[in-house]
Amino acid sequence: SQHFSNLRQHFSFPSIFIYGHTSSGKTYVMQTLLSTLQLPHVFVNCVEYFTSRLLLEEILIKLQSCSGTEQTSPVRCDSLNDFVRLFKQAVASQELQDQTLYIVLDRAEQLREMEANILPAFLRLQELTDTNVTVVLLSEIVWELFRPNTGCFEPFTIYFPDYSIGHLQKILTQNHPPEYSADFYAAYINILLGVFYMVCRDLKELRHLAALNFAKYCEPVVRGEANERDTRKLWKNIEPHLKKAMQTVYLREISSSQWERLQHDGGEPGQLKGLSAHTHVELPYYSKFLLIAAYLASYNPVRTDKRFFLKHHGKIRKTNFMKKHEKTSNHLLGPKPFPLDRLLAILYSIVDERVAPTANIFSQITSLVTLQLLSMVGQNDQLDGPRYKCTVSLDFIRAVAR
Amino acid sequence: MCSCLYKLLCENHPEDECSLCLQKIQEDLNKQLLENLVGFLSRSHSDFQEKTTEWTCRMKFREIPTAALVLGVNVTDHDLTFRGLSGILQDNITPYVALLEAKDCPGIKNLMQKLMGQLMKCDIDVDSLEDEDCVQVSQNRIRCSMSSLISWYESVKKKTDSETPSKKRNSSSRHWQSPPVVVIFKDMESFTTKVLQDFIVISSQHIHELPLVLIFGIATSPMIIHRLLPHSVSSLLCIELFQSLSCKEHLSTIIDKLLLTSQFPFKVGEKVLQVLINIFLYHDFSVQNFIKGFQLCIVEHFYSQPLSVLCCQLVDTKKRACSLSHDQCENIRKLQVLSWLKRLKEETVKLLEDLHVYHENYVLILRCLHVFTSSLPKYPLGKQIRELHCACLENRVWETEEYESSLQLARMLNKTDLVTMLQQCVEILMSSSGKEFDKTSEKLKEFLTQFQNLEAEASQEQDMSVLSQKELQKKTDLYHLQKTLLELKESRRSKKLTKFEMLRFEVVDYIDSLVRKYLIPADDRTLHEVVYFNTASVLREHLNAAPRTALHTALNNPHWYLKNQALKCDGGGISNKAPDICIAYKLHLECGRLINLVDWLEAFSTVVMAAEEPNADAASSDQVDDTIHARFIRAISELELLGFIKPSKQKTDHVARLTWGGC
Repeated sequence: SQHFSNLRQHFSFPSIFIYGHTSSGKTYVMQTLLSTLQLPHVFVNCVEYFTSRLLLEEILIKLQSCSGTEQTSPVRCDSLNDFVRLFKQAVASQELQDQTLYIVLDRAEQLREMEANILPAFLRLQELTDTNVTVVLLSEIVWELFRPNTGCFEPFTIYFPDYSIGHLQKILTQNHPPEYSADFYAAYINILLGVFYMVCRDLKELRHLAALNFAKYCEPVVRGEANERDTRKLWKNIEPHLKKAMQTVYLREISSSQWERLQHDGGEPGQLKGLSAHTHVELPYYSKFLLIAAYLASYNPVRTDKRFFLKHHGKIRKTNFMKKHEKTSNHLLGPKPFPLDRLLAILYSIVDERVAPTANIFSQITSLVTLQLLSMVGQNDQLDGPRYKCTVSLDFIRAVAR
Repeated sequence: MCSCLYKLLCENHPEDECSLCLQKIQEDLNKQLLENLVGFLSRSHSDFQEKTTEWTCRMKFREIPTAALVLGVNVTDHDLTFRGLSGILQDNITPYVALLEAKDCPGIKNLMQKLMGQLMKCDIDVDSLEDEDCVQVSQNRIRCSMSSLISWYESVKKKTDSETPSKKRNSSSRHWQSPPVVVIFKDMESFTTKVLQDFIVISSQHIHELPLVLIFGIATSPMIIHRLLPHSVSSLLCIELFQSLSCKEHLSTIIDKLLLTSQFPFKVGEKVLQVLINIFLYHDFSVQNFIKGFQLCIVEHFYSQPLSVLCCQLVDTKKRACSLSHDQCENIRKLQVLSWLKRLKEETVKLLEDLHVYHENYVLILRCLHVFTSSLPKYPLGKQIRELHCACLENRVWETEEYESSLQLARMLNKTDLVTMLQQCVEILMSSSGKEFDKTSEKLKEFLTQFQNLEAEASQEQDMSVLSQKELQKKTDLYHLQKTLLELKESRRSKKLTKFEMLRFEVVDYIDSLVRKYLIPADDRTLHEVVYFNTASVLREHLNAAPRTALHTALNNPHWYLKNQALKCDGGGISNKAPDICIAYKLHLECGRLINLVDWLEAFSTVVMAAEEPNADAASSDQVDDTIHARFIRAISELELLGFIKPSKQKTDHVARLTWGGC
């Protein structure tokens, strides 16, 4: 024991950078390691503490409760300078000098959004505070994307590789429901991975899906139509169900609770329309025309306007009117910006009756922008006349025009 | 006059009554939606409370319950829905409801600030004002983070648990042990992706400590969720869809309850109603704006129409009529030929009573007619009752072509339809309290029994035809066969009008007679001016303004607004007495996309000089007068301020026209 505490007194590497894909166990491993070895540590999520002040204060607050005895009191820490001072005080008062203290920053990519000095300072906190501290950064992106232009202390990087299908299988099988055998559950996980592994390797999501659909898998067994070893029968029962799940629940087209209810009632998933099924948007009369006009303005070149929208546009030479490559590319190129006047001109020509340029028409354009059906481009000069882009798809416009 | 108007509005409360009625209607309309939502909310977190021990719950990822509330593009109406929603939530489910708007939340920090501010304030509301420390904690001192929100939640939960039951029994029975915290995003479309994502990620990490429920207010389609949130974030949510009533149905109900009733003395004419409906259908789909327009009609009517004094509930009419002043009587006299002053007041009361009876009858018969027209193919008179109402108000509906074709179509209705329609009509007529339609409903019932009798006869007739068929088969002789066939044909032609068809004609004719008797346009009634507001032009000016046109008129033809005779110009000439800006504007209309400032100044000074010294030796002074120069510059900068021109970068001494593309 004496030896071990001596070991803990050694200074560790100042900063460690751990990266790997979503749910490759970075956070879990770190947390388990720190708690089982009972190392003093502070664990902070950088997304949750979105400003540097919040982050620094949170570290100090957590530090107070590190030894777990005292009541926390509010801390005020406005700058990194304060932080270093307060940190030293806290470490001294908590009597943590004789062992390494770990500060783990989860989702560390958020640090890049904060002040420029935060990330370099954390990387060499050991030097700045002159205490035995190691900062661990957890992130989903590589270190190269972090490195500031001005250079900084290079942390020790560790890569967490993705779980292979075998790993996933093992992990998922580990916590099987108590009323069924591990083998039975392992067979189920096998089928599940067979369907979902292609699209999803997120352990959390897979576990969620496994829990959602397990009841359906057990159905034949519960009803006594098959026994636990009857894999083929069970597979036949569950496979189409899982495929349905991939198209609906997995995409959050319908919610998990709705899925469970459906499963429970034995209904067909087809009855419930997903989110994407409700694409129809009811618009006022002129809004429809405005949107159509905006679409035309976005995807038609300006020079064709005269031909399409003027009554007496003279003779049309149809043969060499449009070059081949133009014809195909307009929809692939995406919407082009157009000025307000062009939009109104097209509107006047596509609406049969006379349209008065009332305030209501203009406010409708603005509301289309707030509804994100149009988007405003470059609004730096107010006098320049606003320019817009139409952001809706051809299918949407077809539905509106119907 | 003013005090009189005020008194009227106060005594009468036409608005008050209307708004009360409106409130009720709206509550009823949203009821279903709100009930569904409340059901969802109460389910959302109770699931977890009940079966936390179960394996599935342990294994399942705990998602944030989210209601996607599709409300339609009429954003102005959403406020009311949300207000109703948060009221109901606070009454039934949880005191912790926060309403967030995109414009208040440009960043996650502002969002948290807003959220905590709203939640902690509502805490104060519930617990009265005894815990002063909560009030004193200012925005800046609270750390805007989820952890402080959680500790706040823990503390209020503890407080409600430990509170003496006698004091708070009421509220604690309404809310549960740990009420969910509901966060409503009013306008989902306007929120930035980053803010939403961050908030969802943060709160999903604390869902175990803070039972959060999100409500997304969506104006377009639920697809927006997928557009705003990547899969990694949307997989943290458990989204269920809720759809509100379409705004068109909403409007129909409002019109039905507000206009097609004799409950309120005030009425709107056809043109006015058309303006209101057009604004709704063509521009905004906003029921709130429709109601505001209607209220404007009321105010305008009482303000501009002197006879509106008499627009009141029937019981008050006599009192009002007796207190009419001499001038007011004169006004009435102008409308009609009534000779005696004494008689005039009595006559007026009688006429108004007639008008009221007319309205009652009108509405009933209109509804009956709508029963017929709404089921005809292609709806020649419109599908909605409001269209029919407009048609009837406009002119004599029975003289229109559409009516004629509807009757034609009605004469071809089949029996089952006809019978159900008659039954509906009977129901409508029976619902009225007056005795006017006793006879009518009797008659309709008679028709119904006749139809029933027909059924019995029809079976007999069938036997007959079968018999003749048999006869036909017996005869083999060619001559006889021909003869019988001819006879049969004859009989069929004469019998073309079966009893059913005869009856159908009768019914349609009867309905027609009702229409001709009761659906007379209101303009034909005496004293309709008292209750009908007809000046659509005023309303259009107020509600559907055209700023561009108005600006052009003001600058191009200042006489229109200034009413100064000197400014009256004929044709396209420029009057030199017009304000400088008008002169400059008129001159610039003749220019192209780029305007040379020197030329413009020259032209300007010529026009102005023509006024001041018509016979002075202008030719000698090549230099432009300083005053005129200054006036010109001011006019130009005013035009720039109005957005007609702007300095051009292409040529230094030129300005660019911004309007009408420089023709």
